[in-house]
Parts: sequence; C-alpha cells; structure tokens
Amino acid sequence: MSGHGTILYLDGITVSFDGFKALNALSLAIDRGEMRAIIGPNGAGKTTMMDVITGKTRPDEGTAAFSGAHDLTRLDEAQIANLGIGRKFQKPTVFESHTVWDNLLLALKAPRGVFSTLFAKVDAAQTAKIEEILETVHLTAARSALAANLSHGQKQWLEIGMLLAQDPQLLLVDEPVAGMTDAETEKTAHLLREINRTRSVVVVEHDMTFVRALDVKVTVLHEGAVLAEGSLDHVSADSRVIEVYLGR
Amino acid sequence: MIHRLLDRFGLSGAFYGVLLALALLVPLLNLAVPEGSPFHVSTFMVALLGKYLCYAMLALALDLVWGYCGILSLGHGAFFALGGYAMGMHLMREIGPRGVYGHPVLPDFMVFLNWKELPWYWLGFDHFSVAMLMVVLVPGLLAFAFGWFAFRSRVTGVYLSIITQAMTYALMLAFFRNDMGFGGNNGLTDFKDIFGFPLQAGATRNAFFVASVAALAGAYAIGRAIVTSRLGKVLVALRDAESRTRFIGYRVEKFKLFVWTVSAMLAGIAGALYVPQVGIINPGEFAPAASIEAVIWVAVGGRGTLVGAALGAVLVSGFKSWFTGVFPEVWLFALGGLFVLVTLFLPKGIVGTLMARCGGPKPQAAVKAEKAETEKRALEQGA
Repeated sequence: MSGHGTILYLDGITVSFDGFKALNALSLAIDRGEMRAIIGPNGAGKTTMMDVITGKTRPDEGTAAFSGAHDLTRLDEAQIANLGIGRKFQKPTVFESHTVWDNLLLALKAPRGVFSTLFAKVDAAQTAKIEEILETVHLTAARSALAANLSHGQKQWLEIGMLLAQDPQLLLVDEPVAGMTDAETEKTAHLLREINRTRSVVVVEHDMTFVRALDVKVTVLHEGAVLAEGSLDHVSADSRVIEVYLGR
Repeated sequence: MIHRLLDRFGLSGAFYGVLLALALLVPLLNLAVPEGSPFHVSTFMVALLGKYLCYAMLALALDLVWGYCGILSLGHGAFFALGGYAMGMHLMREIGPRGVYGHPVLPDFMVFLNWKELPWYWLGFDHFSVAMLMVVLVPGLLAFAFGWFAFRSRVTGVYLSIITQAMTYALMLAFFRNDMGFGGNNGLTDFKDIFGFPLQAGATRNAFFVASVAALAGAYAIGRAIVTSRLGKVLVALRDAESRTRFIGYRVEKFKLFVWTVSAMLAGIAGALYVPQVGIINPGEFAPAASIEAVIWVAVGGRGTLVGAALGAVLVSGFKSWFTGVFPEVWLFALGGLFVLVTLFLPKGIVGTLMARCGGPKPQAAVKAEKAETEKRALEQGA
C-alpha cells in the first residue's frame, strides 16, 4: 500500500454491559498496510473491539476513526462495510443456500441499493473478478456447489473470498484457523500474507503457532485494555503477559 | 406426465400453462356446455374456483416474505381484507339509490346509523380508478409504515410474527365498531353490480374468474422477477445470515421493507378480487385465524417456491370446502392436524418435495434441512 499513516485509530474506547467493562479505555492504532495480531485470554474484549469497529456495538465513550476522516461510532454496520472495513467472523458465516459463486457475487463491490440490486446484471469485469477470487481462495472447482455443502476450511476461505470481493482497505479477521487442519492453517497464513500486500489486516487469534507463523506486531489485550505491544518474542517475555496467560 | 411437463417447460412454464388452461376451460365448460352434461361447470363452482385463486394469490404474497425473506407474517389477512374493503366500498357506492332505504348517496348502514353525509374517507370511491388505486395504496402504506418501524428497530423472528398478529387483531376490533364507518359487524354486502353488469350473472362471474387467473399470473411474474434478481439473492442471504448481510454492506431493513410492501400490495389486489366473488367483506377477514390459515397453505404447498404456495392454497381450501360440508365442527382440528403432519413428514411441502425428487432446482427452504442432515452425518462419523 502506497499511502502512509494510520488507517484505524481507537482512543479511550469504553464499553460496559450492565456495569461490566468489556472495554476499558482501549486505545489502538493500526497503520496503513500493516498486519496486526491481537491476542488475549477469554473475555479480554477482542470480539467487543471488533463489534465497535464494525458498528455492531456503540461505545459509551471514546473515539474510533477510520482513514483519519470517518467517525465509526456514528455509522451503522452497512455504512462501515461500504467505507471499506471487512469482517470475518469466528464461526464461518456464509450464505448456505447460495452457491459459492452467488456468495461472491453478493459480496462484490457494487451498488447496494434496493433498486440497483433489483435490476443488477453481472458484467464481464465482475465475472473476471469473481474468477480471480475463486482462484485465490482455492474454490474454483466448487464454484457451483452450495455453500452449505463445503467443508469447514472451505467455508472459512469462502468467507475470506467474500471479504476480498468487498475490496476493503481494512480486514478484521476473527480466529481464522480455529478448527482447521495443519495444512489448511498453513494455506490460510499464506493467504492472509497475500491479502496484506494490498490491505491492512487485523487478526484476532488464540493459536500461538499461527501467530508466530504470521510474524507481525502483536497486541495483547487484557480486561478490555492493551497490556503489551511488540513482537511476539517481546510480549511473551513480558512478566505481566505471562501472569495473565499462565498465572491463573 | 407431470415429470415430462416439468422437464420440458420448467415449473414456471407448467404453472402458466395450468393457469391458461383454467382461464379457457372453466368459462367454456360453464357457458358452452349444457347444464345436464357431466362436463358442465356450475356458476357456483366458477365463483368458488375464483375464490380459491384469490387465496392462491394471497399465499403467493405471503411466500414472498416468508419463504424468501424469513418474515413469518401472521397478519397477512389484514392486507387482503383492506384491499377487499376498498373494493367493497366501490361496490357499495355502485348501489346508488337502489338500497333498501333508497338514499341517493349513503349506503344502507349509514342511513340506519342516522349519518347525514359520507365520511371523508368514502369520497372518491364511486370512481373505479380511485378505488383500484386504494386497493394497492392502503395495504401498501400500512405495510410500509409498519415495516419502517419494525425493521428499523430490528424486530425479527417470533416477536415480529406476534406484532403482525396484533396488527390484524387490532384492525379487526376497529372494523367491528360501527363508528368506523365500514358497516361494523356486518361489513359491506348486498352489492348489485360493477360497470353496470350484475354481480350474480354468470358472465360477470366468469369475467371475475378470468381476472383472478390473470392477476395470479401477474403476481407470479412479479414474484419470479423479484426472487430471481440479485435483490432476491440478498433476501435469501439475509434470511439465512442477517448480520453477515449487514457486514458486507447491505441495509437489510430496506430490503425487507421493499419486499414486505410489495407483498402487502399483492395481498390487497387478491382481496379486491375476492370480495365481488363472495359478495361480502366483513371484519372476520381480519381474524388472526384467517392469516394463520394462509400460513398453513404455504407450508403445505412448499415454502420458497411460489408455485407451491398457490397450489397449497387451492388444495387446502378445496379440502376445507369438502370437509366443512361433511364434519363442520372438527374443521379446526383437521387444519391443525394437517399443519402438524406437514411439519413432521413433509417439511419441504408438496412442491418442495416434488422438486427434490425430480432433481430440479432446489427450493431455498429445503437446503437448510439438507444441511442439518449433512452435519448430523459428519457428527456421527466424528464420534
């Protein structure tokens, strides 16, 4: 990515559910073109952070800025998605009753209005784009299969493919390798690095081998705030991180 | 034979073919075949079949929101009844001075209630075109307003179903009141003619029958156009994974609102064709039970197939006509039993099951059941 600067900037984000602070003055900045891994024990606030960035949850306090200009706390999910933030869920969520092809077609960057979709036609450029993505996510052979009939790993890839079709600037990926075989995990790490060439990526992950394989800057969350940040070796040497992970 | 027809023309072609045959044969057998002949179709039968076709159109409208968009409406009868009332108001005005009280303008029930002039909302209904506009506009506007609030506040699932039921129930109570100006308990009836043609005459009945066939064909064409478009794919997507659909950038409330409003308008047209064929519209059409019956038609015929909904409406209504003649007291038990049986043994409905057998394109609802099956197998293998 040619542009420099910060693509995502969170400052003092606090979210509480019935008094429990899921996020406690969380601050975080992701650079354009960066890939960041976010780790942390259960309940550290990883998913809530994703919810705030994608408009699912409104923070009680704090600012969330995208590309320096857009205030994410004022927009809804669809608006944020159209700004260029894509999200992959922990559990693969694809449109099961649609074919692989249709899943990608729906995700493809195109006008999202009611009447523009009513009269939409697939043009040659869109066909080519879908073909390209099918190739990237290794699903060319399964193009006409119903998404419901894909294997778990294939569904994960299809979902990543859908994100690519959206053509986002920032990708949020929640536990992409959960439940994957070793071979699939390796392919996924490769895929994410491939994606990172042109986009910023935030990966939330539990699997330390996978995080090590990604070899990127790591942010450790604990009790809704940033506990440590740096390379994986750096944070795993941090005594507070060791305490949080092992001290219980 | 069905199999070969389907292969040749597809489900849509077969459906249009059946409708065309009905539109030609039924009037022919009624008007051209002498009454003594075993092939004669009585005028009573023509009106009865016309009524079934109106039900079929209501079912099709319901399938559009339930089968494809996952909105289980338990109040679609309200839109049907509103369209019916709009038509009924026109037919009341057509009576003119021929009512029992002979008032030049006011319908009988208003004279009886000592009203001196027409309420403002009755003005204009003497024009057929205005009445027809209201047939689509009133249900459409109600659906739009209802949907605007419900979908924006993200009310879904069973909660939404309950609100739709409350809506039709509230309308029923309102229309029961004499002060509403719609004839209260008795509703609107004693219609005389339309465009000067007497409603009871055989030719008029045949004309309404053909109009009902045409309307059903038109509704099907609109429904197909919607569900086969990219918008239709978005509807199925949001039915299966609503938040995913939001996160890839679709404002799902707008899509729901669109299909919900279109569906209500189609239901209104169905109601407008229904009223002249049965000769009465009263608040009973708003009863929640009527709307639930429509849901059963769709379930029996097959959700997410459009054709199935229409078929289910005709079959269940035909069954009801026969059954209520033989055992009138136990009809509701039979209807409930039918629903239970279909849910247990025919979850895809008649058309859905046939399509799966013939290996044709799979109806959307069937896919979920299949997936559950696959998962179960995977689990068993894993264990």
